[in-house]
Amino acid sequence: MSNHSENKNSTGFFESLKEHPSTDEFIKGLWRDNPVFVQVLGMCPVLAVSNTAENALAMGLATAFVLLMSNILVSSLRNFIPKQVRIASYILIIATFVTITDYVIQAISVDLHKSLGAFISLIVVNCLILSRAEAFASKNTIGKSILDALGMGLGFTFALFCLGAVRELFGNGSLFGLSLFSDNFQEWIVMILPAGGFFTLAIWLLIFNAAKERKLKT
Amino acid sequence: MNQTQTIHTTSSVSSTKMLQAMVGIGIMCALMIVLTFEGTKSRIAHNKAEALEKAIFKVIPGMVKKRTYQLNENSSFDTIRSEIKDASLVYAGYDENDQLVGMAIEASGIGFADIIRILYGYNPETQKIVGFYVLESKETPGLGDKIEKDENFLSNFSALDVTLVEDLSAIKNEIIPVKQGAKENPWEVDGITGATISSRSIGNILSESTSHWVPLIYKNRRSFDIKK
Repeated sequence: MSNHSENKNSTGFFESLKEHPSTDEFIKGLWRDNPVFVQVLGMCPVLAVSNTAENALAMGLATAFVLLMSNILVSSLRNFIPKQVRIASYILIIATFVTITDYVIQAISVDLHKSLGAFISLIVVNCLILSRAEAFASKNTIGKSILDALGMGLGFTFALFCLGAVRELFGNGSLFGLSLFSDNFQEWIVMILPAGGFFTLAIWLLIFNAAKERKLKT
Repeated sequence: MNQTQTIHTTSSVSSTKMLQAMVGIGIMCALMIVLTFEGTKSRIAHNKAEALEKAIFKVIPGMVKKRTYQLNENSSFDTIRSEIKDASLVYAGYDENDQLVGMAIEASGIGFADIIRILYGYNPETQKIVGFYVLESKETPGLGDKIEKDENFLSNFSALDVTLVEDLSAIKNEIIPVKQGAKENPWEVDGITGATISSRSIGNILSESTSHWVPLIYKNRRSFDIKK
């Protein structure tokens, strides 16, 4: 035990976590199998709602919540749902949590609900959530499914935030609505527009893949 | 043959199970939605009322004070003190000197995706629509939702003509939606290319709502004065 904690100090937090197989389920979504930067899933909200850091964070957390709850339910019902109707059941479960999220966001703030607009309802068709239900939660225990959902959900939120922060910073000169530059700053309007979403995503993918390649070489 | 047999038996055996699973999940999901709906209802109503309040100040330029009026059976207006959720409410806005600067009216109608709820400001002095705000819409992001953001479209509603005929029974020229760039008269609503249906719906909603409300409000415009 003491040996292990020493090891933790020497190799760093993330490395030590990797040694546990169960925490690996959590870490993989954050980094190695990041839903946006590695699996390139759920592109519709990623490109559309990432125009400000706040929207990106809210959208990411809403998706993470739906993912977590549907993973828990799918995993706990995995022996009860017959194979033939599994997709229909998953969609029903996901749609329920999306509706719940919709109400909760309205209860939190009407303005936030308005700025996320139709994209909240569109979480239903986010392929990330269905793919985790089908590929992971339906085959694993509840504990593992929770870790998987948390990892993937936070990984998705992190990725959305990366895009949202960059786009808001250049497109609006602010972060979370706080102006960061002097009045002389000329906003890059293109970053707020849909095209900016593609540019920013491409640059992030480039950085991620370059980092991965470098790691493979060493 | 043998294979078909097996498939047939397995599917017939599990059909009760399938039904059980689907119905069971359906009931559970319905219960969860109902519970959330009940739990968030009052809070959402409160938030919406607050948003409406903010929107009223947006559609009537220069207003600092608000009063709510209700339409009664005699086609005139009564003040109401408590906030009742009713379709026949209008909101009067006043400036610092208690002068009426406009009326805010809520309207709704079918858009491209779902019902669009709007609020517009009407100034009885100039007989013009002076402000416009989308309260609720589920129009397609990037296309239909331009009705909320497109500056050219929104500029339609800074001075949209709704002058009444001589005997005050109807609007002289009803609001009509036209194609983008085709606006020639002050009562036309210039549309948005790429959001034809959504922008036309706004024109139609306004036209329907103004033909009902504007004559009523104009006839009763003195009853909204504070010093009386």
